[in-house]
Amino acid sequence: MSELTLTVMRLGFLAVLWLFVIVAVQVIRSDLFGTRVTQRGSRRGSDRAQRQQASPPQQRQQQQSGGRGGGRQRRGAPTKLVVSEGTLTGTTVALQGQTISLGRAHDSTIVLDDDYASSRHARIYPDRDGQWIVEDLGSTNGTYLDRTRLTTPTPIPLGAPIRIGKTVIELRK
Amino acid sequence: MSSSTTSTTTISTAGPPSRRNTELAMLAFAVIIPVFAYANVGLALSDEMPSGMLSYGLGLGLLAGIGHIVVRKFAPYADPLLLPLATLLNGLGLVLIWRLDQSERLARAAASQGFAYQASAPNQLMYSAMGVAFFIGVLMLLKDHRILQRYTYISMAGALVLLVMPVFFPAKFGARIWVTVGSFSIQPAEFAKIVIAVFFAGYLMVKRDALALASRRFMGLYLPRGRDLGPILVVWAMSILILVFETDLGTSLLFFGMFVVMLYVATERTSWIVFGLLMSAVGAVGVATFEPHVQQRVDAWLDPFAVYETGQGTEQIAQALMAFGSGGVMGTGLGQGNSDLIGFAANSDFILATVGEELGLAGTMAILLLYGLIVERGVRTALAARDPFGKLLAIGLSAAFGIQVFVVAGGVMGLIPLTGMTMPFLAYGGSSVLANWALIAILIKISDTARRPAPAPAPSPDAEMTQVVRP
Repeated sequence: MSELTLTVMRLGFLAVLWLFVIVAVQVIRSDLFGTRVTQRGSRRGSDRAQRQQASPPQQRQQQQSGGRGGGRQRRGAPTKLVVSEGTLTGTTVALQGQTISLGRAHDSTIVLDDDYASSRHARIYPDRDGQWIVEDLGSTNGTYLDRTRLTTPTPIPLGAPIRIGKTVIELRK
Repeated sequence: MSSSTTSTTTISTAGPPSRRNTELAMLAFAVIIPVFAYANVGLALSDEMPSGMLSYGLGLGLLAGIGHIVVRKFAPYADPLLLPLATLLNGLGLVLIWRLDQSERLARAAASQGFAYQASAPNQLMYSAMGVAFFIGVLMLLKDHRILQRYTYISMAGALVLLVMPVFFPAKFGARIWVTVGSFSIQPAEFAKIVIAVFFAGYLMVKRDALALASRRFMGLYLPRGRDLGPILVVWAMSILILVFETDLGTSLLFFGMFVVMLYVATERTSWIVFGLLMSAVGAVGVATFEPHVQQRVDAWLDPFAVYETGQGTEQIAQALMAFGSGGVMGTGLGQGNSDLIGFAANSDFILATVGEELGLAGTMAILLLYGLIVERGVRTALAARDPFGKLLAIGLSAAFGIQVFVVAGGVMGLIPLTGMTMPFLAYGGSSVLANWALIAILIKISDTARRPAPAPAPSPDAEMTQVVRP
């Protein structure tokens, strides 16, 4: 066997051996598991869709418009959402242009421990102009703004009570 | 989810559900490399493709394939790298052993000493098959590694028996690490390392709080209470006894090192490492001063080339060092080195010298990295494991594996005195191959449990019916 062939094979073998090591390290890199940060709504979208036909498609769609509204805050716009009645009284959520989902589903932004709330009851999101909108997601018992039951997405005036079951929330500055 | 969260992101555990296809691809790669090496050796030695290449490749592929199918069935979420790494090392070991079988020098040396020279590669292939069978057996029979926890003290007794047994059998090559029954001999220490890891894990899981918390602070170190020193003293005494009665530095170092690592992991106290290093140094020096066999090994380590001046002792270490030296960076090429000059134990204890000569520094580093990756996967498994017993067991097994590689490689390269241990998977020896396949199987089982996605959450309130407000 010629010297050249043997040299090529010798170096080739070393190259292949190292290639294996490198590929193995790549596998490890792609295998780093632990915590993963996902946007809510897209993660469980598929399996929820079968159980609750009503909300997820809209919710996902909502995510995008919610993102667009972010960062653009007008003067006098509400900065936080406050729970003023119900088991979660006193809870506040800062409004940062994200969609806030309300319901008994444990992946809601505000998980309502309320027998009269649906799992995906309502959501609150900013529209393109940064105006906060509340929308009922086809809940069983309805969402009330002041005293009127919501039928369409409705802008929320500052300080107006939104009632969901036994829980009341409002937007404040 | 707390309602004070300010953004709609969810942080969840994200385990890729299964990496079996990755494992299969890596496994195919891991089978091709040894076949390539085999062709390489054949071409270098006799200018033709070795006749057994196809059957060797098929055999190795078959073993790996069966292993893979069993992993798919019994440990579907297991780590994707452990099996390919073990297969690759085992396959390369087979090629290296076969390559040394072809050496006329070794055959002549054997003939001159009056015993029939027999090829080791077929035996090693049989051991590998047995090893994979063992691997499959462990995967199938061990439903959950936590079952082992029940046998904490039984495994202590078992490990003691395994460790003490060789004392009653005649010494082979200067060390009493063999149990010989008829023509059949095993090295119980190889199996003892797994059994004792089970004991340490079970014991430390229960006792770690006492060991970690009850301590005084002194000069930046946490000094454990006197009575908590008990277990480490007992293990230390045991490893010293092994050293004295079995004259085997490797086994003694392996057990003590493993215990110190597990103690450190269980308690997070650096002081244990300091104590462990001090105690092992004191013990090793103490024993080396009066035990002739150990002394001999230490002398050979301090001055490996003295054999050429005095004509006494063994030239194995000197030959191994010269093999590494003549290999250089790129090596001489498979089948073209002279590492068979090492003579006795060239294909077992000293097999790394063949790697060093024929694959050079580059190849040796790659092989050591492969070992490192196995240890890394073991540690990663320990990190991911949810139960403390599994964590400690995984860390103990990977520590044992890593320490064994260090002890052998260090011995062959002249970093520490040579010991009678074998390079896992690479070296010739049935006990070693069997025990290490079992070790990999347990690690795979733990990693399967660790990476298995968490079971679906219990039905939550949102699964209940919403009550309807009746006006």
